[in-house]
Amino acid sequence: MSRIWNFHGGIHPQENKQQSLTIPLRQMPLPKRLTLPLQQHIGTPAIPTVKVGDKVLKGQRIAEPSGFVSIYMHAPTSGTIVEIGDYPVPHVSGMSAQCIILEPDGNETWIEHQGVEDFRTLEKAELAEIIRCAGISGMGGAGFPTNIKLHLSDDHIVNTLIINGVECEPYITADDMLMRERAAEIIGGIEIAAYLIKPTHILIGIEDNKPEAAVAMTEAARTSKLNIEVVVLPTKYPSGGERQLIKLVTGVEVPHGQLPADIGIVVQNVGTMSAVYQAVHDGKPLISRITTLTGKALSSPGNLEVLLGTPIADLLDFCGVDSSKQSRLVMGGPMMGYTLNTAQIPVIKTSNCVIAGTLEEFPPAPPAQSCIRCGNCEQVCPAELLPQQLHWFAKGKEFDKALNHNLMDCIECGACSFVCPSNIPLVQYYRYAKSEIRNEQQEQRKAEQARIRFEARQARLEAAQQEKEERRKARAEAASKAQAAKRKAPVTTTTDSAIDPEAELKQLKTQAAVARTKLKKAEKALQEAEQNGADNIDQLKQDIESAKQKSELAQKAFSDAENKAPAPAAPSLKDLKVAAALARTKVSKTEKVLADAEAKGAPSVDQLKNSLQKLKEKAEQAQKAYNDAEASETAGNVSNASSSQGTQSTAASTSAAQPIDPPQNDVKALKSALAIARTKLKKAEKALAKAEEEGIEELEDLKQAVAEQQAKTDSAAAAFAKAEADCQTAKEATNQGPDIKALKTAAAAARTKLKKTEKALADAQAQGSASAEPLEKALSGLQAKVVQAEKALQEAQAQEATLA
Amino acid sequence: MALLRITSPHILKPGRTGNVMLQVILATLPGLAALCYYFGWGPLINVVWAAMLAVLFEVAVIRLRKRPVTFYLNDYSAILTAVLLGLALPPFAPWWVTFIGIFVAIVVAKHLYGGLGNNPFNPAMVGYALLLISFPVEMTRWAPPSLLTESGNLGLIETLKVIFEIVDLPDAYTMATPLDTFKHKGALTAEELWSQSPLLSQGLDAWYAISGAFALGGLYLLIRKIYTWHIPVSMLVSLILVSGFFYGSDPSNYAPPLFHLTTGAVVFGAFFIATDPVTAATSNKGKLFFGAIIGLLIYIIRTWGNYPDAVAFAVLLMNLSAPFLDYYTRPRTYGHKKSNRGIKG
Ligand code: SF4
Ligand code: SF4
Repeated sequence: MSRIWNFHGGIHPQENKQQSLTIPLRQMPLPKRLTLPLQQHIGTPAIPTVKVGDKVLKGQRIAEPSGFVSIYMHAPTSGTIVEIGDYPVPHVSGMSAQCIILEPDGNETWIEHQGVEDFRTLEKAELAEIIRCAGISGMGGAGFPTNIKLHLSDDHIVNTLIINGVECEPYITADDMLMRERAAEIIGGIEIAAYLIKPTHILIGIEDNKPEAAVAMTEAARTSKLNIEVVVLPTKYPSGGERQLIKLVTGVEVPHGQLPADIGIVVQNVGTMSAVYQAVHDGKPLISRITTLTGKALSSPGNLEVLLGTPIADLLDFCGVDSSKQSRLVMGGPMMGYTLNTAQIPVIKTSNCVIAGTLEEFPPAPPAQSCIRCGNCEQVCPAELLPQQLHWFAKGKEFDKALNHNLMDCIECGACSFVCPSNIPLVQYYRYAKSEIRNEQQEQRKAEQARIRFEARQARLEAAQQEKEERRKARAEAASKAQAAKRKAPVTTTTDSAIDPEAELKQLKTQAAVARTKLKKAEKALQEAEQNGADNIDQLKQDIESAKQKSELAQKAFSDAENKAPAPAAPSLKDLKVAAALARTKVSKTEKVLADAEAKGAPSVDQLKNSLQKLKEKAEQAQKAYNDAEASETAGNVSNASSSQGTQSTAASTSAAQPIDPPQNDVKALKSALAIARTKLKKAEKALAKAEEEGIEELEDLKQAVAEQQAKTDSAAAAFAKAEADCQTAKEATNQGPDIKALKTAAAAARTKLKKTEKALADAQAQGSASAEPLEKALSGLQAKVVQAEKALQEAQAQEATLA
Repeated sequence: MALLRITSPHILKPGRTGNVMLQVILATLPGLAALCYYFGWGPLINVVWAAMLAVLFEVAVIRLRKRPVTFYLNDYSAILTAVLLGLALPPFAPWWVTFIGIFVAIVVAKHLYGGLGNNPFNPAMVGYALLLISFPVEMTRWAPPSLLTESGNLGLIETLKVIFEIVDLPDAYTMATPLDTFKHKGALTAEELWSQSPLLSQGLDAWYAISGAFALGGLYLLIRKIYTWHIPVSMLVSLILVSGFFYGSDPSNYAPPLFHLTTGAVVFGAFFIATDPVTAATSNKGKLFFGAIIGLLIYIIRTWGNYPDAVAFAVLLMNLSAPFLDYYTRPRTYGHKKSNRGIKG
């Protein structure tokens, strides 16, 4: 006997189970009409596969699943489909939904069906498919499609299969009756489930108020080869709740927000197990179930084997209802069931009980009094909540606090309402609060989505703006450089020619790349051929040669064009950087290949060595070109900066009288551009860090991206600083203070950047990475910038001092 | 066939709030009987007079608030408040003292805060505390346990006359409580005090019996699961522990634990006052803190404060902190690793 744990709280309402146990299980005669709701389970409703007027056989498929969490439906008897339309269905809200209406022909002609001899010969997936095709959903509680629960993905390791035969609600005896009458079937179903999910333990939980059922199940379990243990639990409501049962028999609590499957536990109802057995063993789909008909308004209460779709009114009549006595019709148990306002509602897969109660059984609840905080509710709450506090919060619409008091963990078992001496309908308050909270969350989600959309649009607009800005700046820079060049030497380049060669350059680059790819392919083919000892080596070698030539030509054309390209503007610098990096990568790759080849003693070593040499040269060239370009740009920057300072001061004097609005606007736009650039940079840096961790090959690419972003950020920052300075000077022509402030900020920013770069450099050096060099360069550039910024600052301060 | 749509649960445990209150009233009877045994008709008259006043005030206020009178009267909470206050008053408390006390308890402490369930302070204790502060003479006019005096008990009529101030209370019938005596022992050591006043130590016997009677009623309520054991046990244990500690360190200056436990309103308070669910902490853990701190406060106020007895003040102080205790002593919900604390987060 395995150990039984306990869960907090619980109550002992009057059981009232005997009434429905005096008469053995009866078969409900065929009704005149069957109403089959398309939704009898959790998930999406099924889709009819029959038309009005179709003749169907017993067990024939009449609806199919509309999604993953959806099920098949079958005709409970042979007959004609007379209608598909909306009818009241069993639901708390008393709503109507689509139903298939079947008129039985009375012949009960079965469709051809066949069971499986030995299910162990089947694949798991096949077996799950049989269960799926039988339209089985959980018959104890919510009605979750069983095949999904039994056919878990491989990363779910199930260690315990718990069979729920607890039936803790008062009045209900359907599972009790089933266990007494069909214990062998249930065990058969358990064997199938065990085959599917391979649990290490199988436990059947039964409350000690069902001794006959426990005996029957224990005996049946003995015939099985599996080690199935029947655990007799002390009677207490709600020990049949899934989470409570798990706690009872395993001592484990299902963590908040997780499913039992997440901790390796699957719980199945006994009725479901019997349905699984019938589906697999006899090939019969789920078309009937055992339902308890009870309550003092019935003259012969008991359990009935009922075809799905049978109207409850028919069941009540069969059990001799005295409608003058009946005052409340409850679907399910008295603790968690819901009232029906009409008996013209069909039995569905989850209908375990119908209670036709008299006034004496279910007296109207006395009016609620004030909560006296007696704490009875808290003592019985199986979820260990503070119901009185929740009630307080729900009443006061303080949903945040209710959530904080774990309202959502309430299982709506009704134990708190049951014991409340003030007769407060606590559960009603919780349902209300929960639905309010859900609505609120939905609203929030909607708002959130709208916000995200809006922000995305904003970012797009800003990015476009920034691009425009950059392009404008690039043009201006190119123009100014061209002018400077004009002044120095008579060069014929015009400003707009700066665009055309760029395009050309790009084209050439593409060509070179294509050629290189071809070359690579050819080389690979050659290698393969050499390894295979093929005889077309010579030809391949030739191919390579020609490809190489082509590639070199393309490369040369490209580098020529590049060299020719007018004044090294920022984009070109970037390109050069990329080229240098690429070259370095290629070198290292080739080196690797060479090493490999040397190790293998391949004949292509010499050749490879050669190409390596060449590549190294190329890399050096590229690096040099880049260095040159950068150096010249730094120089340009310096001169630019100084000149812009000059213009600033003049601008200050000229714009002193002018309105200051335009520059400010400009500053704002630049600020946002800067922010965007920074974010991008940060992202790139993050990606880089991640990549470094993972040792991804694209490291270089990413570094490149980071560098690019840095460059963009820098330029944006520079533009921003400049604009701000402009703005400041304009605003503060008479007051020097803020100018100094701006300069100070600039200097600080420059210093920070410098520090960062230094760190990056150190990192790079530590890793012996190839990017150390460019970083060093950048570092020196930044150092220069810092010196410059500090100088500017000092000057400004000195100026101020003299002014003062 | 008219079928109403009613949500679950469809069955309720029999038992109503009025029942709870009635049980508590019932449970005070042994204590009341013991008080009457030792002090005559006074306590009984107090309780009845207080209950009459309480019903009067309750009806008046409910009328004013335009609520159904019988529905609210049926929760018996007003009568319970009156009984508790009546039991706490000295046996010969003048009629107007009770009148003022009940007025404050029912009208101010209960209904001005929104009625039963919404009052942050124990109404009976609010009334008692106010009386103690306002009329210290009347409120400390205890009689000697009459069995020990030659004069015997006053008859019913005489007692009524005294309470309604038709005649003055004979001097022989006033005497300080043991707590008072001990408090004002002055330079005497405890041993000297005990030996000096045999009446005091004999009077203690009466208090033992009264406390025992109240404890009996409390046990009944515990068995009937009207409340849980947490508050009375933690309160009594903490009082025993602190008084034991001080008594152990200096027996000549401090009273022994048994003295603290049985004199004044400690047992009565532990089972009937501190356990008032409306104004106590809610969770089991919270109740433990609630009771323990009341015990501690009683000792502190008795020993170093201005008032000989401290149950009312200690309870009121803890009423004030009950919401705070509730926020910080919430149980761990099923499936959660730890309990939430505080108001948020
Ligand atoms: S059981 Fe009812 S009266 Fe008692 S604390 Fe809970 S809600 Fe309040
Ligand atoms: S209904 Fe919710 S709050 Fe009430 S006892 Fe059940 S789980 Fe606890």
